[in-house]
Amino acid sequence: MSSLSGIFSKENVKEEKVFQPEPYSNPYLVGVGLGLVLLAAFVIMGRGLGASGAASTVVAVTVSKVAPEHASKNNFYKEYLTDGTTNPLKDWLVFEVIGVAVGGFLSGTLAHRIKRTIEKGPNISNRMRLIYAFTGGAIMGFGAKLARGCTSGQALTGGALLNLGSWAFMFAVFAGGYLTAYFFRRQWL
Amino acid sequence: MMPYYKFDYFSFDFSLVVAFIIGIGFGFALERGGFGNARILAAQFYFYNMRVLKVMFTAIITAMLGLFYFSWIGWLDLSLIYLTDTYILPQIIGGLLLGIGFVIGGYCPGTSVVSASTGRYDGMMYLAGMFFGIFVFGEIFPLIESFYNSTPMGRITLPEFLGLSHGMIVFLVVLMALGAFAAAEWSEKVMTKKLGREKE
Repeated sequence: MSSLSGIFSKENVKEEKVFQPEPYSNPYLVGVGLGLVLLAAFVIMGRGLGASGAASTVVAVTVSKVAPEHASKNNFYKEYLTDGTTNPLKDWLVFEVIGVAVGGFLSGTLAHRIKRTIEKGPNISNRMRLIYAFTGGAIMGFGAKLARGCTSGQALTGGALLNLGSWAFMFAVFAGGYLTAYFFRRQWL
Repeated sequence: MMPYYKFDYFSFDFSLVVAFIIGIGFGFALERGGFGNARILAAQFYFYNMRVLKVMFTAIITAMLGLFYFSWIGWLDLSLIYLTDTYILPQIIGGLLLGIGFVIGGYCPGTSVVSASTGRYDGMMYLAGMFFGIFVFGEIFPLIESFYNSTPMGRITLPEFLGLSHGMIVFLVVLMALGAFAAAEWSEKVMTKKLGREKE
């Protein structure tokens, strides 16, 4: 295993190039593939894809393990907890997201794109990039709960279902991104 | 008759197997699209690589057309597909926060899972941040619960809201997507030149 201290220094983790990573696939073809996966979820299960819901279940279960009384008084946590007869982690979205991790790893392996690295622009340190990643994740986790879903559950799924709230949400995501992009350009350009 | 699960073709336990397999397809597609890579996702907001828009809108119109035609033929009962209720204001504010978080963090929840599983440390940090954000939301939920439940509009779709037929909205969305694809190809050409980059 490469040393963890190296991650926080300015240089990236040392590359061991055995295979060249393959270029990413044609976006329109990927879109059709992703659309068919989404369609399969609709016709088989009667529901679409999601991601942030699985994280909410994990958070709710953790909080209820640490402070059961506290969790049971909170309407947000309650929504993700069961009455005790079944395990709340035995949940459709939790299993789906485990699949996402496996599917991503499979695809990355086949295309030689598995790499211990930090994705960022050339003008920012690894440390700052990791701080930004945590901060952005926190803002998005909060926002996704307020919006009742994220890019998968609202934009993609609700978008294909022509859900009014999902389309309003999707335009708001792009608006929020484009309005703030200028201030964070150092991280990416 | 579709959706199969709603007509009791298989049990809850088997639905978890389906969830896992569909998840694999989802993760596979995201990785193929380059969505395990924050640089590519963020590029969307600087107009030089518009993969996010292309993949998302192609996926939306593919699934949307499938749903429309299956229901039109009579194979699918569209009313049985789960649709989240609309709460317009919290969803717009939540969406804006997501956009801001996207630019700062470089991922969205689903893509960060792929990023982490393909070895990206920033994806792992993002995931940790997301858990923290959801925890904060949960802890202050009693304070924001009334805003969370404000401006409810129920289960409402674009055809219902705009008073147009389902088919007409489908047609308009396809037209809009084609326009967006043309604009995306054009902006990539202009911006890669301006930034002195190779077109990816």
